[in-house]
Amino acid sequence: MSLTNEIIKQRLTEKFGDPVTGFEESYGLLSFEAPKELNLKVLNFLYDDEQLKFRFLTDLTGVHYPDKAGRELAVVYHLHNLADNVRLRFKVFTGISQPDIYTATGLFSGANWMERETYDFLGVNFVGHPNLKRILNVEEMDYFPLRKEFPLEDQTRIDKDDEMFGRG
Amino acid sequence: MSEHHIKLPEGSIEKTTTTLNLGPTHPATHGVMQNILELDGERIVSTEQTIGYIHRAFEKLAERRPLAQITTLTDRLNYCSSPLNNMGWHLTCEKLLGVKTPKRVDYLRVIIMELARIADHLICNSIAGVDAGAYTGFLYVMQYRELIYEIYEEVCGARLTTNIGRIGGFERNFNDIAFRKLEKFLREYPKVLKEFENLFQRNRIFMERTMGTGAISAERALNYGFTGPNLRAAGVDYDVRVHTPYSSYEDFQFNIPVGTTGDNYDRWLVREKEMWESLGIIEQAYQKVQEFKGAEAEVYHADVPEYYLPPKADVYTKMEALIWHFKIIMGETNIPAGEVYHSIEAANGELGFYLISDGGRTPYRLHFRRPCFVYYQAYEELIKGSMLSDAIMTMSSLNLIAGELDA
Repeated sequence: MSLTNEIIKQRLTEKFGDPVTGFEESYGLLSFEAPKELNLKVLNFLYDDEQLKFRFLTDLTGVHYPDKAGRELAVVYHLHNLADNVRLRFKVFTGISQPDIYTATGLFSGANWMERETYDFLGVNFVGHPNLKRILNVEEMDYFPLRKEFPLEDQTRIDKDDEMFGRG
Repeated sequence: MSEHHIKLPEGSIEKTTTTLNLGPTHPATHGVMQNILELDGERIVSTEQTIGYIHRAFEKLAERRPLAQITTLTDRLNYCSSPLNNMGWHLTCEKLLGVKTPKRVDYLRVIIMELARIADHLICNSIAGVDAGAYTGFLYVMQYRELIYEIYEEVCGARLTTNIGRIGGFERNFNDIAFRKLEKFLREYPKVLKEFENLFQRNRIFMERTMGTGAISAERALNYGFTGPNLRAAGVDYDVRVHTPYSSYEDFQFNIPVGTTGDNYDRWLVREKEMWESLGIIEQAYQKVQEFKGAEAEVYHADVPEYYLPPKADVYTKMEALIWHFKIIMGETNIPAGEVYHSIEAANGELGFYLISDGGRTPYRLHFRRPCFVYYQAYEELIKGSMLSDAIMTMSSLNLIAGELDA
């Protein structure tokens, strides 16, 4: 029997119950979230479970949502079960004042640089990471450039405000 | 420390290893990246890769650009095969917007994508030869990369950073010259590729340099997130074109070549075999394109007025076309809200686009899953304990493209 999104959802609910929430299917891809303390437990379960076998980390990245109080930063994992060819998206949210999230490097060697990149751009602190330092930006940089408080000049702005061009 | 090394007195603070900076600008790095190697004699004890020398903040820039203007950013990821990146981006947008492209567009895209794959593999494999000391093969096959670039030129007007295609299709139909050049390529290239193969494949020196060096097991490669030829060389037959077909790849017959040892030689062989498969795909696609008759043979884009520029003549004479033209150029179309991940089999592996839209005119967040970036972190494991000269070969056969590493 091939693995369907329905089965994944069912297995996760059986194992973790209520904390795993926000199930949705966007463009065929199952997406859900869990509390940040559970991220490694969920990843481990997805990896080890005989039926699920999500053993390939396709992508790890972060998103900044400044308006969501207490859960401003999201870390997004894209996992792939290569045997059944099913993908899923798993998110954890964290507050921006203490953005600590357990590292996935123990499970996936490939997470090393992906986490460094996420730290570099969004300031997510991966607890237990072997070498958490900036990767693409200069080491002297003292801010996290992909956060939304650093806007670029909006080329498609609606307001037509000349201040944007320094002429205000 | 090896056995032959001079033993220093107990408690000596003198270093027993040599630090060597390989790069940022070194002929063998083929781009701007640095390796700080610790050498014991000629053996590598450890290495630290430094990347980011050409980081251009594409993900940030993309947050302020309408979809069509992001295509030019993707050009500059893997600049040896820009059309693949462009197509990947168009397909991502089309997935988000729910655009269905006509079959003829899909086949034309397949032709361009496979040509780009050949161009990319050609560079990688011939440069591997250069790094091993064989310059002739490289100079010889460059003629045919030139021919591929001429085909791009006929289709989109550019050669390197192509910005080829649009959301929904191509900016213009392929002209006759493009098809003539494609036929010339299909006619002449197999002979050249065969000759190129003869120069290297069973060449004693080349085999000695590449076999058994820079090897990785399938298990480790998967754990590191390897994709593309580098993963297939280790024996895993994962190919996005087959696993999640896009652009009508399900209509084509082709094999996925795999290796066994995951070393530099296998990587070279897998790329070589893939070029043959790509040639086969292009032939099939060209045949399918020729089967379209009448009005169908003139189709080169889908009907998406919100994102596809109208013909210039209409812009001057029709109100609607003028409005669309203005809105597209100024980027004033709101993108539907949603989250989409789409990936294609780029020359180096799975190139993914993770696009989040909040319903505004630009993406809320865009992340590129660059295959190079993911697998370069395994470099230390690949070269630890080997000779310095093997490290050079390994770097070359991984096909590291600085643009893709740094985004």
